[in-house]
Amino acid sequence: MRTPPGEYFLQGNEACVEGAMTAGVRFFAGYPITPSTEIAEGLSHRLTGKNGVFLQMEDEIACISAVVGASWGGVKSMTATSGPGFSLMQEAIGYAAMSETPIVIVNVMRGGPSTGQPTRASQGDVMQTKYGSHGDYQVIAFAPASVQEMFDLTIDSFNYAEKYRVPAFLLSDAEVGHMRGLLKVPETVNIVDRKEKGLKRPDEAYDVPDELVRPFPTFGKGHRTMVTGMTHTDTNRIEPEDTKVHTELVRRLSEKVLKNRKDINKWELMCPDSKTMIISYGSAALGAKEIAARDETVGLLRLKSLWPFPEEPVYEVAKKASRILVCEMNLGMMYWEIKRVALEAGCRNVELLSKIGGEPPTPSEVRHKLRSMGAT
Amino acid sequence: MDIFEFYRKDRWPHVFCPGCGNGTVMNCFYRAFNEVGLPLDGTVFVGGIGCSSRVPLYINSDALHTTHGRAIAFATGLKLSRPELKVVVFTGDGDLGAIGGNHFINGCRRNVDMTVVCINNNIYGMTGGQASITTPHDYLSTTTPMGNKEYPFDLSEIAVAAGANYVARWTTRHVHELTRSLKTALQKKGFTFVEVVSQCPTNFGRRNKMADPTAMLEWFKESSVRRDKSKTAAADHADLNIAGQVTIGEFVDRNRECYEELIGVEKHG
Repeated sequence: MRTPPGEYFLQGNEACVEGAMTAGVRFFAGYPITPSTEIAEGLSHRLTGKNGVFLQMEDEIACISAVVGASWGGVKSMTATSGPGFSLMQEAIGYAAMSETPIVIVNVMRGGPSTGQPTRASQGDVMQTKYGSHGDYQVIAFAPASVQEMFDLTIDSFNYAEKYRVPAFLLSDAEVGHMRGLLKVPETVNIVDRKEKGLKRPDEAYDVPDELVRPFPTFGKGHRTMVTGMTHTDTNRIEPEDTKVHTELVRRLSEKVLKNRKDINKWELMCPDSKTMIISYGSAALGAKEIAARDETVGLLRLKSLWPFPEEPVYEVAKKASRILVCEMNLGMMYWEIKRVALEAGCRNVELLSKIGGEPPTPSEVRHKLRSMGAT
Repeated sequence: MDIFEFYRKDRWPHVFCPGCGNGTVMNCFYRAFNEVGLPLDGTVFVGGIGCSSRVPLYINSDALHTTHGRAIAFATGLKLSRPELKVVVFTGDGDLGAIGGNHFINGCRRNVDMTVVCINNNIYGMTGGQASITTPHDYLSTTTPMGNKEYPFDLSEIAVAAGANYVARWTTRHVHELTRSLKTALQKKGFTFVEVVSQCPTNFGRRNKMADPTAMLEWFKESSVRRDKSKTAAADHADLNIAGQVTIGEFVDRNRECYEELIGVEKHG
């Protein structure tokens, strides 16, 4: 089942397939959409029915609904899509958040709004990932920037989805999804399985207190579980009129993610003591990374996880920096979060290099922007 | 099995109005389930949104109360991940035929093993009586004050055309036939569909001169035509619904291989 250890030359989307298989995916439902289709195609070969189910459905709403249903059967399940399909999925993403269903959604982002640029990269869905469905909830999202990270962070998406019983997202983009590169599959991979009701295993899923993440009552095991998207008590009794029940439930849905920010967040830091810092993620960080690798006066904080927002590393960087440049492939989304934390840390010079149209910012564009901010 | 072993007594009182047809369907379903002898712990009940979709939450088993219209999609994923479980979907006309129409058609076509019970009350009851896709032509609702100018869907004929393995339609006036069809549906493999034309005296009957539930049952009795006796059964689908008459009976009973058999998922289960 899992990818044998070794070195591979793969496409980003193919690395995601290997990551999913290694994490133990047993159900995939998808609908064809550029630029994520290779993930569905890859999994249709790997999930043969005997070791898990691949299903192509009538639309993305059906896909994510089936993925939630399969997760209640007790198996690790995922879907992969891009912008328009991601918009259709928002309804059931809210359902998964409310019913605390572990699922993984891969969004290989393309240019929007609407049909936009199907074959071109963008980072326009990062806010939709967090705020796309109605109501208050928190999610976990990762942003890969290489073929290796498409593998590693797919596994992390599964691990954190299972551990915290939330929808977890892999926010890739057309550049990372379609780039080819080296994948090193290690001998041992850390895999987290969900905390099941009635079981007690000595692993990290069970370290999270039950008050925050309740043990998962898998269907068909005699728990007689009631799962609902309506406001419900701890025993899943529907109480839509009860203010206290609603408040406690929705607060807990957020807290279980926010309180564990330090456990979830991942980032890469280059030249952390530089006065000039770039903060970026995904393929937008590639140009900046080239500069930071060559110029020790320029540092880079590359966020590998976007939600819950990694406040701590941004704060630490902003405390020391005199200027921060945020690079992203939208008209400013994570910029506002970063600026908020940077201002709290006392750094007032925070600017945005936004590039849309399908190409990541080039090193020279980043360099030019840094000069205009006063960097030498 | 006693009826209060089957239904959750601790969930009483229920949300259904006096005179609602859901109770009749629940009673028939309990009888059918009991007589077939299926285990409660090996059965999962799935519902969408609406009055009829609340039924799973009253059954003393695993229940998945999902989003509006998507119950069949949720049930498909669940069944394929755990093929040893029996999956039953409770749904209504709006949930199944309007917002969930695409999942309904493709569910019949895909033929994953599940039983879908549609309680068709010809109205959006829970939201206060708006016209649905099965509201008969010229009947009144809160959103068709001048009478419904659209023509109703024929859910059972759609299921036949889309490929379901078993399709039957009865009304809440036909409890014995309904119970028998539910038994057949529960025992058959593949996608089985039972539509029950049911009364909503509060939101349908009250606005259409049938505020008394018994008046609605009389109406069902008068307008129902057995499929084998119906002259128009195959000819004119659109006007077949209870505008003039409701065709009742078994529409199809066939044995197409179900999806999980075709992909071999049962063999590892």
